[in-house]
Amino acid sequence: MQDKIKQSARKTLSSLLAMLPIIMGMLLLTSLIVELFPEQIASGLFGKNSVVDAWVGATIGGIAAGHPLVSYILGGELLSSGVSLFAVTALIVSWVTVGIVQLPAEALMLGKCFAIYRNLICYLFAIVIALLTVFTLQLMG
Amino acid sequence: MKDSSVKRHKSGIAGWIFLGIVLSIYALTAVLDGELAATVITTFSHLLERVLPVLLIVFLLIFVINLLLNPAWIKKYLGHRSGITGWLVAIAGGVLSTGPVYPWYALLSELRERGMKMSLAAVFLYSRAVKLPLIPMLIHYFGLSYTLVLLAYLLIFSIFSGLAMERLQGSNPGIQQP
Repeated sequence: MQDKIKQSARKTLSSLLAMLPIIMGMLLLTSLIVELFPEQIASGLFGKNSVVDAWVGATIGGIAAGHPLVSYILGGELLSSGVSLFAVTALIVSWVTVGIVQLPAEALMLGKCFAIYRNLICYLFAIVIALLTVFTLQLMG
Repeated sequence: MKDSSVKRHKSGIAGWIFLGIVLSIYALTAVLDGELAATVITTFSHLLERVLPVLLIVFLLIFVINLLLNPAWIKKYLGHRSGITGWLVAIAGGVLSTGPVYPWYALLSELRERGMKMSLAAVFLYSRAVKLPLIPMLIHYFGLSYTLVLLAYLLIFSIFSGLAMERLQGSNPGIQQP
């Protein structure tokens, strides 16, 4: 048992050492993007039609990084400034499911093909979910 | 085993190269705008504070997995023949996993090496969109009906994302490999 514990600890330490530079790099990159992301230009991009709004929302959400709470606050602000619920929903969904910023880390740890395909699927799903959510709410009255 | 340690070594080097590139971008930012660089460091320290507890939990989980779970167990519950149990375990795991996503990649990578199928990794990552502690905030901003509808779609689409990855994996075996 002691040998097994030692072996598990060694394996865990080696995982930690492999992960550490990626996590530190990702946190620094996220911090850079969060500070550089120009929230104020976002509101000017919306208002075309439901599909385009959802597409723009999903794109911004996919590129943006940060705590999901920020997406709720940003979404709430955009909604109150007249941006459609299609755009806001797509933004909220892609914020938590698509990760352009996290893509290098995901590719390094789970494989390039997996990371690219998964993010593309999630990006498309964000648009579909935005449309379905708003249409469902409209049906519910 | 040897193959897995070679992969780990390669990913280790790539990680340090990646950190070097990001540090260079940060250094360039610091040269161009010192004030912005200081703000970035403040944000970085806040993020680090949030990540560290999760990182500890994840590495504890990895340790426990290495100690207790054998590939046969993982193959049974998360492997290619895990059936509906595998999907339910992946959804529950994703919903319950907290904090930033980066540490969870390590756990999924470890599970994959032990036989987890990658479509379940996709389900796990997608169902992380359901943030239980943040539901009150979502209700506060968008209302109860909106929250319930959105959460239902997120859970349904987490399964769709797994199914889509499974389909893609059929035509592209590279998805299962790192």
